[in-house]
Amino acid sequence: MSVDKHELSTTETDPIADPGLPEHEPRPTDVDDRAEKRAERQVASLFGLSTVFTLLFCVSYFVFKVGHHPSVIWGFGASNVALGLCLGLALLCIGIGTIQWARKLMADHEIVEYRHPAASSEEDRRAALEALALGSEESGIARRPLIRNSLLGAVAALGLPAIIALRDLGPLPGDKLTRTVWKKGMRVVQDVDGTPIKPADMEIGQLVNAEPALFFETNDHGEPVIEGVKLQTEKAKAAVIMVKMQPDDIKPAKGRENWGVDGILCYSKICTHVGCPISLWEQQTHHLLCPCHQSTFDLADNGRVIFGPAARHLPQLPLAVDAEGYLVATSDFTEPVGPSFWERDNYELK
Amino acid sequence: MSSSNGVAPTNGTRPAKAHKPSKAGPAATWADDRLGLASMAKKNLRKVFPDHWSFMLGEIALWSFVVLLLTGVFLTLWFRPSMVEVVYDGSYDQLRGIHMSEAYASSLNISFDVRAGLLMRQMHHWAAMVFVASMMIHLLRVFFTGAFRKPRELNWVIGSLLLLLGTLEGFTGYSLPDDLLSGTGIRAADGFMKSMPVVGTYMSFFLFGGEFPGDSIIPRLYTVHVLLIPGLLLALIAAHMLLLVYHKHTQWPGPGRTEQNVVGFPMLPVYAAKAGGFFFVVFGTLALMGGLMSINPVWRFGPYNPAEVTAGSQPDWYMGWPDGALRIMPGLETHIWGVTLSWNVFLPIIVLPGLMFTILMMLPFIEAWITGDKREHHLLQRPRNAPTRTALMVALMTFYGLMWAAGGNDIIALKMRLSINQITYFMRAAVFVGPVIAFLITRRWCISLQRHDKEVLLHGYESGVIMRDAQGGYSEKHLPLPLDRAYTLTARDRDEVFVPETAVDGNGVPSPSNRKDRLRAKLSAYWYGSNIQKPTLAELEESHHHTEIDVAHEAPLEGHAADGHQFDGRHDVSGEELSTKH
Repeated sequence: MSVDKHELSTTETDPIADPGLPEHEPRPTDVDDRAEKRAERQVASLFGLSTVFTLLFCVSYFVFKVGHHPSVIWGFGASNVALGLCLGLALLCIGIGTIQWARKLMADHEIVEYRHPAASSEEDRRAALEALALGSEESGIARRPLIRNSLLGAVAALGLPAIIALRDLGPLPGDKLTRTVWKKGMRVVQDVDGTPIKPADMEIGQLVNAEPALFFETNDHGEPVIEGVKLQTEKAKAAVIMVKMQPDDIKPAKGRENWGVDGILCYSKICTHVGCPISLWEQQTHHLLCPCHQSTFDLADNGRVIFGPAARHLPQLPLAVDAEGYLVATSDFTEPVGPSFWERDNYELK
Repeated sequence: MSSSNGVAPTNGTRPAKAHKPSKAGPAATWADDRLGLASMAKKNLRKVFPDHWSFMLGEIALWSFVVLLLTGVFLTLWFRPSMVEVVYDGSYDQLRGIHMSEAYASSLNISFDVRAGLLMRQMHHWAAMVFVASMMIHLLRVFFTGAFRKPRELNWVIGSLLLLLGTLEGFTGYSLPDDLLSGTGIRAADGFMKSMPVVGTYMSFFLFGGEFPGDSIIPRLYTVHVLLIPGLLLALIAAHMLLLVYHKHTQWPGPGRTEQNVVGFPMLPVYAAKAGGFFFVVFGTLALMGGLMSINPVWRFGPYNPAEVTAGSQPDWYMGWPDGALRIMPGLETHIWGVTLSWNVFLPIIVLPGLMFTILMMLPFIEAWITGDKREHHLLQRPRNAPTRTALMVALMTFYGLMWAAGGNDIIALKMRLSINQITYFMRAAVFVGPVIAFLITRRWCISLQRHDKEVLLHGYESGVIMRDAQGGYSEKHLPLPLDRAYTLTARDRDEVFVPETAVDGNGVPSPSNRKDRLRAKLSAYWYGSNIQKPTLAELEESHHHTEIDVAHEAPLEGHAADGHQFDGRHDVSGEELSTKH
């Protein structure tokens, strides 16, 4: 063996010499006929039991109902519990039986195998290098840089189609992230049923989950104007919360003095951190907490961040009242809603 | 085995009958003529695998992956990876008539209307958790025992990649049902992507096929989840196993177990039976879990709605630590030249996991560089015998654990009635201070365990026998370790601190690698410096000599049994007589 010439770490006879492998000690099943028979019966019983559970699985599959009126045991879906129990026990019996067989009845003599160094022998290394050199020589790849370099260039250029072909994965962002469906005069409605809201409908301290009225509008055929994927996409930007506070508590930033109506303010519901909808409202403190990462915003103070990982205030939607007395937006958001992105410009509060 | 060459089995109770010639023989010949299987089988059928409970951890990962493949195929037969809006018309009353994506509707269908569907869904999810967890524990075992050292560094890297891919596979998997919780996860992932400088917005638009959520993300994640990542996982697992077979398994030192050999049971039959049996045990356990333990009850969350969220939203546990980092990160953002860099998202969720995985993969190379050890190692080390390494991993684990706890700061605040603000402030400091403290404690702890080992070797183990001498003094009898155990304790290398070569060469020119060498020498001195080395032969002999003097006062007891059982008759004490000669 060529072990010595490779650097195997050795535990020399320092300070105690290796006493060598201990004697093999026979197990009860090696020397006691009855123990051996018992082990054999155990293993066979486990395998037999496994078959029983497998059959019970098949029976359970047909006996227990799923669907509208599922069978129930102990308040759980009977089908799932029975199938899981039967399958699990059938498999466990095979597993435990096999391991028992190995431990009790199969020969348990430990055997010794010698290791070989992971490295190839010097001889093989030389031969491999020679073959490589010969191949390179015969191809002339080293002697003909023109061929080599033009090939490398050609293969490298193939990377371009691989990238370009992915272009149609999606449209370019454009200004999509900076706009929502909100516009001047659009009513702010309840998100559950689309009911428009009058300032008098709200009590001090109340929070309403709201949406633009557009989401509930229908066309001449009675079909929704906006639905499906388009609705989800717009909802992901346009969802708002509306809160009513004591007008004296509100400290509007410069230019936002007339964004509220009777102490009612409207903010984007989409967290400026990574975009979870925010909805945990603390009435007394006017704080709004995001349940995902606990960013907390002060709605009396222009939605400023007062705690947590968010870096920016919540965008505010300017409100007014329309001719019929319902709350409406006076424009779209004045800044992009939701998480930050590279192209986003700065919109500091004044 | 029954033989076909006419020799009767010998251990039967009934006389043997002549067997019909086996059909297996000609079939094997047919196959070998074409495939040459015998040459391969000859080498591997009796391949030796050493036995230790900790070698089973990687097996759990392997077998749960097999369960994932089996249950996953079952799920694909009914799951529809589509975001087309449908009206639910299945068996679950509470959601009937509600608009939802086809993906969510088919998840409900699997859960309520396909027999064994819920079982397979739950088994699949549990198996995923067990898969990731067992990979992590297996990784810790490999690290703490030094099994990653040469020649196995590349297998460590492959293993780390498997952990990374397994985590991504888990994320793409639990995102598929398109319920409110999984949708919230995807929403956050969109925010993560957008935080990337320059390319973030484009990556988000390309991945989602436009603006979030669009109708492309579920089908795309599905392809990644059932084709791309499983393919990579399979290939890497195959490479991982091939390297394991090629290197042969590491083993614990002990009598007859050396760097040059591997001692254990042969592949056929014992190891095949044990490992094969263990597959059924893992499979069976997961089936019981799927049947008895509810996991991810998607019907309770409702369909995804970008304007809704549930309190206590959390990712699956293995995504918890970056989520914790995200929660405790202060809200930093830079606006410059009309663009935005959101450090508050980019650092904890993009940079940090990348950094941690890079560190993880580099660990074997970092240690090898510091110690300058270029030898092959096949004998495992006890964690205490590599104190700095052990302490390093415990520090990393502490970092991970604290981050993970931070990922549940809202739950901790709620359950323990603490202020979420204070928990968050505490965690901001703890993730830096905690690992340092853990490192120092672990290192000293290991060193004191090493001291204990040395003491036991030199002065014997505490027998629990209290001796009273003629003067009335009491002492505890120490007995020498059995040879096997003493040998096992000493079967390790002496640590050698790296010493740089002389600063200047023969001509007085400073060596260019000098500065690097000096750093390396310093690190190596710290790495090994305080370790307790095993006693030398001289120390052992001297201590035995001392013992003889020390126990001279025990001489009158010579020849008496020490354990007292000669009085209670519990067992015979002959052969247990005390002796001062070791």
